[in-house]
Amino acid sequence: MMTKTIRRMALGAALAAMTLGGLAAPAQAQRDPAYAAARAEGKVGEKMDGYLGIVGAATPALQAMVDDINIRRRAVYAERAQAEGATLEEYALTAGCLAIARTEVGEKYQAPDGSWQTRTSAPPLRHSRCP
Amino acid sequence: MIVAKLTSCARRAHKGPVRGFMAREMGKSGAGVMLLAGTLALGGCITVNAPAEPIVIELNINITQEVIYRLAEDAGNTIEENADIF
Repeated sequence: MMTKTIRRMALGAALAAMTLGGLAAPAQAQRDPAYAAARAEGKVGEKMDGYLGIVGAATPALQAMVDDINIRRRAVYAERAQAEGATLEEYALTAGCLAIARTEVGEKYQAPDGSWQTRTSAPPLRHSRCP
Repeated sequence: MIVAKLTSCARRAHKGPVRGFMAREMGKSGAGVMLLAGTLALGGCITVNAPAEPIVIELNINITQEVIYRLAEDAGNTIEENADIF
């Protein structure tokens, strides 16, 4: 009897925690300070293929950070691409179009010719296929 | 030689052997055939030339574009939900 009540309470608490957790999760996680700084300084830029690239000289720390972000991006792309019935490349390319469009002034992005460009207040140079 | 005046295009092109009076007349000299061909060409016929370049329909690009437009909304949400890595 007692055990049943405790179990029920525990279940209720777990459900409440899950609900709260579910509500709290979309509160967007912010960029890691090192990543935010690298973006602002133009050390990394958004590539056309949907991944992050190193613009200048690569240091081991920078390379590790970019690799980590790209691995996590790839995992997200793979999951969403499967859900949408698209290929990983198609999804990554679409995300790349949008990520370049969302760059802020001073950040780096890759133009359709492959060159690194610094974002100005003007729209970025994007592939004609981008939405 | 009898001169035949043509006032309009021939009704149809003969694929089989040509028979009759005209065939006999033309058979006598190559010049007769050339004259007939020239008259036909100048007789108001419209000549349609096939384009030299083959017509290529680039389906690959269109399909990719269609896919990108379809995925754009979902990809936008994905970027916002994973703001730490974008």
